[in-house]
Amino acid sequence: MTSQYYVPPTSKWPIIAVVVTGSTAIGAGSLMSYGTGLPFLVVGLVGVALVMAGWFRDVVNESMGGLYDSQMDRSFRQGMAWFIFSEVMFFAAFFGALFYVRVFAVPWLDGEGAKGVTALLWPEFTASWPLMDTPDPSVGGPWEVVNPWKLPLINTLILVTSSVTLTIAHHALKADDRPKLRQWLIVTLLLGLVFLVVQGVEYVEAWNHLGLTLQAGIYGSTFFMLTGFHGLHVTIGAIVLAVLLVRVLKGHFSADNHFAFEAGAWYWHFVDVVWIGLFLFVYVF
Amino acid sequence: MASDTSQATVQVSTSAVAQGDGAHDSHGPTGILRWVVTTNHKEIGSLYLLFSLAMLFVGGSMALVIRTELFQPGLQFIQPEFFNQMTTMHGLIMVFGAIMPAFVGLANWMIPMQIGAPDMALPRLNNFSFWLLPVAFGILLSTLFMEGGGPNFGWTFYAPLSTTYAPPSTSFFIMSIHLAGISSILGAINIIATIFNLRTPGMRLMDMSLFVWTWLITAFLLIAVMPVLAGVVTMMLMDINFGTSFFNAAGGGDPVLFQHLFWFFGHPEVYIMILPAFGIVSLIVPTFARKRLFGYASMVYATAAIALLSFLVWAHHMFTVGIPLVGELFFMYSTMLIAVPTGVKIFNWIATLFRGSISFEVPMLFALGFIVMFTIGGLSGVMLAIVPADFQYHDTYFVVAHFHYVLVPGALFAIMAAAYYWMPKWTGYYASETLGKWHFWLSVIGVNLTFFPMHFSGLAGMPRRIPDYALQFADFNMLSSIGGFLFGFSQLIFVWVLIKAIRGSGEKAHAHAWEGADGLEWTVPSPAPLHTFDTPPPFDPLTESPSRH
Repeated sequence: MTSQYYVPPTSKWPIIAVVVTGSTAIGAGSLMSYGTGLPFLVVGLVGVALVMAGWFRDVVNESMGGLYDSQMDRSFRQGMAWFIFSEVMFFAAFFGALFYVRVFAVPWLDGEGAKGVTALLWPEFTASWPLMDTPDPSVGGPWEVVNPWKLPLINTLILVTSSVTLTIAHHALKADDRPKLRQWLIVTLLLGLVFLVVQGVEYVEAWNHLGLTLQAGIYGSTFFMLTGFHGLHVTIGAIVLAVLLVRVLKGHFSADNHFAFEAGAWYWHFVDVVWIGLFLFVYVF
Repeated sequence: MASDTSQATVQVSTSAVAQGDGAHDSHGPTGILRWVVTTNHKEIGSLYLLFSLAMLFVGGSMALVIRTELFQPGLQFIQPEFFNQMTTMHGLIMVFGAIMPAFVGLANWMIPMQIGAPDMALPRLNNFSFWLLPVAFGILLSTLFMEGGGPNFGWTFYAPLSTTYAPPSTSFFIMSIHLAGISSILGAINIIATIFNLRTPGMRLMDMSLFVWTWLITAFLLIAVMPVLAGVVTMMLMDINFGTSFFNAAGGGDPVLFQHLFWFFGHPEVYIMILPAFGIVSLIVPTFARKRLFGYASMVYATAAIALLSFLVWAHHMFTVGIPLVGELFFMYSTMLIAVPTGVKIFNWIATLFRGSISFEVPMLFALGFIVMFTIGGLSGVMLAIVPADFQYHDTYFVVAHFHYVLVPGALFAIMAAAYYWMPKWTGYYASETLGKWHFWLSVIGVNLTFFPMHFSGLAGMPRRIPDYALQFADFNMLSSIGGFLFGFSQLIFVWVLIKAIRGSGEKAHAHAWEGADGLEWTVPSPAPLHTFDTPPPFDPLTESPSRH
């Protein structure tokens, strides 16, 4: 009851973060709207990376300095958990778009269902999923879709395995077995990087040889936006794992105090679960 | 913290801070830089509130441009293209720039004080959340001066109007929505973490003030739906710039998909703008009726029920777009169901007033105005929920009347009530009762003169979002325009009231500024010192919980 609350001191990082985030937004906006503004975008993106490094470094130092109490730790946990929930809802928007198009929009365009009257727009159109022939042929669909039982299956196994190896590393951390923690964390990071390489190979193959591009109708749109945002999240997750590895090598974290490791692990498992959804509903079914 | 011992005796008011007196804060920079890097919940709360007040006048000026053009039929002052930009920007600025940040500012100021916390759970994130907003709205306003003009597709930015037929500045608009969205999500995460983690020992969830409760649920709604908005504007961005087909039927997409995604965000968003108002009214009515709130638990459950239902009603905005009959029926009934928990709330407020020793200070006037006029807006909402009737009302001024009744004498009046209620705590001085009463009564007259005739012009068939109209609507529009100017200029009285209180003219407030008020914020001095509750304050649920019997 009488213990003092801990309130972190002010920091210059948030306002610098605002400046670089704003610069990114202005650069991206003007690049897309008017074709100029690349310097703003570059400065913004580099700045975001630097700010995150600086801000997190301060927080790590404060944490290592023993400034944080258990209440601050719980606040961080709450923050990370709700942040992941917001990410879930972001992906939900794209999955929602995918399901809506598959269940309603495309069949309607073929004359099926309650709003089949939309078939009047393109009478020649025949519905299928994946949508190979778009209602208006001038848009153009893919010639072929990615075979789920080759690279995507391999990637599924890689990512699921990486969740397991990360859990082994976590248990090793809790048992204070540092060599085992190091080894399994390295394995996890490598699996993540292999996943990204395989995804890159698949993209090149799809884009160049299957006619599956962003512009290839709604299938291409949903395919690339869902897998693309997922790949972006794997990239972020891999950076997080790399930072965790560096910290492990520096001797950070203890068996009972390692929130950053847990937060990174939560994020990695979340990215894994999203991939299962993608594998099922974008590739297989 | 080194400063803690001195804070007990030296009371730093934000009014003193506003005059550039930062000397009492023993750490951190001073002057303007202090506000730029501040992580103090009271300073950030003040920044949010002042920002939203500024945006209220920016968005309000645009409304007056609209009302000027609509004073008479015909095109007198502005071109239709600019008119469209005004309606769009007015909506975007009022929703994302005025109402939402005002509630976040109130949350920042009051939630830590009401739960006995020293600050928000993640103070640095709080600074980031606030300062993103001026950047976001700077970008949004700058589009007005760009080639091709600003957003002109309505605040709901339906595709393909906002994709295929949009002005080139639309990518900027999308960026500003992204920034405002990040700000909202991070702010909401902070509020949830604060409420779950920083309550003083002994304060259970069912001991929290209704304002804290409604904000907890609002924050959950924000985290659930702002990412969906981010998703839908990202799809727009891709359709515009990278050739995807999300909202393009030629490629197998569907423009109606935009509306589903937008309103899946948009309807919970409507409750994001009203649930904290319910919380405010639930504090003010008991204070000035000098009774405990009637039905505390049912208020909490009703709020939760409204929030859950808000995810299941989105397509009532889309009845005329062409959705299957079974969808129309489902969304009609689910929408009507919302009237039940909302009715519980209105019943409880009236039951709280029943046999109370009521006095009519300015915060109470605004709260009572809220109850009466929000109910008008709520009832026209039930009318709009009826599918066959909605086919007549859709996209008419009846809809404009409906949502302005819930947002202006609803959300905005609650914000004003909160400002008058807590001004003694913020500044140390009561708001001027005389000026406040002028502000209230002119606002009531102005708001009803503006929006009540819109019910009639709407039912008679006047469409929304047009710069010119048929002659039979002329009288109603003239009334609306006169009312709009009256309401708009009445808000300047509030600025005068605020300046007076900040400058310290008027009646000085003591800690327990309203003798009927409950809650930990009234145990700290007025004005509240910069740091409150360095240690958890004592809290006895048996005597202090608002749910006690």
